[in-house]
Amino acid sequence: MSTSKAEWIAEVFVTLKPSVLDPQGNTIQAALHSMGYEALTGARLGKYFTLNFSGQLAKAEVERQVKQMCDKLLVNPVIERYRYQVASAPKES
Amino acid sequence: MKFGIVVFPGSNCDHDCYYAVKDVLQQPAEFIWHGESRPKSVDAYILPGGFSYGDYLRTGAVARFSPAMDAVRAHAAQGKPVIGICNGFQILLEAGLLPGAMLRNQNLHFICKYVNLRTDSLKTPFTQKITAGKVLRVPIAHGEGNYHCDAATLKRLQRENRIVFRYCTPGGQLTPEANPNGSVAGIAGICSERGNVLGMMPHPERAMEPCMGSVDGRELFSSLLSGALARRG
Repeated sequence: MSTSKAEWIAEVFVTLKPSVLDPQGNTIQAALHSMGYEALTGARLGKYFTLNFSGQLAKAEVERQVKQMCDKLLVNPVIERYRYQVASAPKES
Repeated sequence: MKFGIVVFPGSNCDHDCYYAVKDVLQQPAEFIWHGESRPKSVDAYILPGGFSYGDYLRTGAVARFSPAMDAVRAHAAQGKPVIGICNGFQILLEAGLLPGAMLRNQNLHFICKYVNLRTDSLKTPFTQKITAGKVLRVPIAHGEGNYHCDAATLKRLQRENRIVFRYCTPGGQLTPEANPNGSVAGIAGICSERGNVLGMMPHPERAMEPCMGSVDGRELFSSLLSGALARRG
C-alpha cells in the first residue's frame, strides 16, 4: 500500500541564544572534560524537530508554515533562536 | 472576592490553591477547566502550579493556548488580578503577559524547600499589606525557575518597580547563596506594568497554616482581599 508520492520533511534546529546561560550544556562540557577531552571549549544543548508535510504543497508554502510554527510555538524568542531546512523525501510505506 | 482556579492537564497545586482561598480565606472559589472558553464571573484568576502538558516542549508553552487563557488575557487587560504560581508563572511568561523566560535551575536540580523572600514592591494589590522589610518564608518546588530576561528588560522592571519578590537570606540580604536557582537579580516574582498580573515561583498557597510550617502566604492573599474590600467599601 505504498504510494510513491514524495512528501516534504522539515528539520528545525533550536538552540539557546549565545547570551543565555545553558546549565545543561555546562554540565555536559564538564563531563566531557573529565573524560579527557581537554580541547573541548564549549558545549550547548538544543532541540531538533522533524516535521512532515504533504507533498501537495509547494516548497515555499511549507517553509512559510514552518517559520510560522517556530514563531508561534516551537521557539521561545526570549531565550532561543532557530534555523530550518525543508527537503523532499520519499514517503515511507 | 471570587477566585477562579484554572485547571490544566497536569496542574497539581489547584486543590492547594482552592483550600487556601476557600477554607483559609473563606472566599468563594471555583475550578475552571482549561478547555472552558466562556468567560467566568470571577474577581481574580489563579494559574496554579504543576506540570501542565507534562512540561512538554517548554514549561507553560502548550498551556498558553488553552481556551481558558483567552478569558485570563481579557481579565488581565481590564486591570483585574491574575496570579500565576510556579507553573502558572511559567504560563504567564509563555503567554507574554509577563516579560522574560524560565531556564533550568542553575544546578539542574529540582529544588523543593523553604526560601526567604524580600518584597521589593509594596505597591501591588498582592503586596500592599505586607510590612516593609518583612522577610516571608515560603516554599519553592521547581526544576525550571531560573528567571531570565535581557539587560534592557531587567532595567525596565527595576525602573518600573515591577520586581515584586527576590530571594534573600533570613535577614533580608541578597546574596548568591540565597538565590536557589540562578535567577537574574535573584528574582522570585514580577508583576505587569499595571501591577495586576503577578507571577511568582514560590508557593504562597503552601504557607497558609501553622501546620504547614509557615503562614506567610496569607499576607499575599489578604493584601489582595483588603484591596478588593476597600474598592467595594
